[in-house]
Amino acid sequence: MARRAVHAAPRRRSGRWTALAFLAPLVIYLAVFYAYPLYRNIDLSVHDYTPRAFVRGDAEFTGLDNYADILSDDTFVRALRNTAVFTLVSIAAQYALGLALAVFFHRNFRLSAVLRAMFLVPWLLPLIVSASTWSWMLNSDNGIVNAALQAFGIGQINWLTSPGTSLLAVTVANIWLGIPFNLVILYAGLQNIPADLYEAAGLDGANGWQRFWRITFPLLRPVSAITLLLGLIYTLKVVDIIWIMTKGGPADASTTLAIWSYREAFGTGQPDFSPAAAVGNLLILIALAAGLLHVRLQRKEERA
Amino acid sequence: MKTFPWKTAVGVVLVGLMLFPVYWMFNVSLTRTGDLRADPPHWFPWNPTFEGYAAAFAQQLPALATSLFIGLGTVALTLVVALPAGFSLARLRPLGARGMDFLLLVAQMIPGVVMAMGFYAIYIRLGMLNTVPGLIVADSTLAVPFGVLLFRAFMASIPGELMAAAQIDGASTWRTFRSIILPLSRNSVITVSLFAFLWAWSDFIFASTLNRNSDVIPITLGIFRYIGNNTTQWNSIMATAVIASIPAAFLLVLAQRYIAAGVTAGAVKD
Repeated sequence: MARRAVHAAPRRRSGRWTALAFLAPLVIYLAVFYAYPLYRNIDLSVHDYTPRAFVRGDAEFTGLDNYADILSDDTFVRALRNTAVFTLVSIAAQYALGLALAVFFHRNFRLSAVLRAMFLVPWLLPLIVSASTWSWMLNSDNGIVNAALQAFGIGQINWLTSPGTSLLAVTVANIWLGIPFNLVILYAGLQNIPADLYEAAGLDGANGWQRFWRITFPLLRPVSAITLLLGLIYTLKVVDIIWIMTKGGPADASTTLAIWSYREAFGTGQPDFSPAAAVGNLLILIALAAGLLHVRLQRKEERA
Repeated sequence: MKTFPWKTAVGVVLVGLMLFPVYWMFNVSLTRTGDLRADPPHWFPWNPTFEGYAAAFAQQLPALATSLFIGLGTVALTLVVALPAGFSLARLRPLGARGMDFLLLVAQMIPGVVMAMGFYAIYIRLGMLNTVPGLIVADSTLAVPFGVLLFRAFMASIPGELMAAAQIDGASTWRTFRSIILPLSRNSVITVSLFAFLWAWSDFIFASTLNRNSDVIPITLGIFRYIGNNTTQWNSIMATAVIASIPAAFLLVLAQRYIAAGVTAGAVKD
């Protein structure tokens, strides 16, 4: 009886107001620092803003012209393709490597906890640090990667400055950056799988490979889904690593949608905010679509 | 528990491969300028030199201080906004709690470059471009949604009896929050603070857009300008990179279990 009274207490009128009072800082924060910048961004994308119009606030309203312009721009197709390649290759490789490592470290052995912790180091470094380190490692003339390849008789490769390899180079760096995150989440998922399932499978004579495909992988599906979704959302918006390593070049070879938007707005001497905002909003739509797709797939799975 | 020495050996090799770039950064930071162009590069710093570090400290110390200040400011702002909100969502059942969850999820999907343009458009009118407070506010947008969701998940797991007991004793909701919930939430406060600090410390997008013409710059922008102006002194660049990584390394050693717990709680939601 007492318990019920306590639980009912927050539903009183005054309780409602208290709840809102505690929530108020967040509501104000979201309105001022999320909603308003987003509104400004949409406003930018439907006007023709020049830096001067920016200060004076008298840009011409152009409707969806900016969107039409970017969709018919040659860069759009390249950027979309590069975004797809960069994102899908990155998350697939991060997931596969993260899962393999999680399974490896799941077995207790001497130093396993310490070694696993060391895998987190790349993830905690500032991106500019990792990106500049990779830039130097992939440097054409003095980079360690080319020096190592030379030992195998492979000649100099201009990783960051040739159109054929720059997207590959930034993707490899991004995969490296994402492994720790995948490892941490998948490892946590593995720990929630009951050990007696493996014991039972062992008694039935299942080998390691069968145990992985019949037990680990299926039971890890919800965790895998959230890992891949977070990876997708994160990778779609990557700017730092690509900008620092290649600036999207050469000749747009590593330009993604996020890089394109960044370059139009801030990357050149002459900011072109309106098309940049249009590209940015397109990116939001893609991320939201991915999020909704994920929710749908999960519901379907729950029903099945 | 049986031990498999070969597994430890494989683990060491894997860690070695994974951390090779980190080692390489350290190696280059100790290399003499004359040896930077050696072909093939030296695998070890044969004649270690601290000239890179001397140059880094001489030129980048103010930027490190700026980043420290921005990081701490971001932590403070994030906690002030996210702690009461997490408490409210977990315990007080406000109107629109479900909608708030969805909003926070969406907030995390918005690309940084979009936020940067929005902030730029606002700051240019308010005169907040190239200011430290402007950057603190922008950086906090990375951590606030994460912080609220993590606090909510954590505070929902605190036994309700503790709150009920306090309320029977006549404590106000604010008093309950301050005296019961906050002390019990210490671990989650540490986790959120760590992430808020690290994200602000390593932010590049906001620094390079909202603060690019300032004399007061954070360390990430310092390194970026260094690369642009100084393509020959990679030992100084890498030395700065090593110094800029120290907070991360320090926090990793200090709070490894909080970090892992935080990621798990923040990511694996039901």
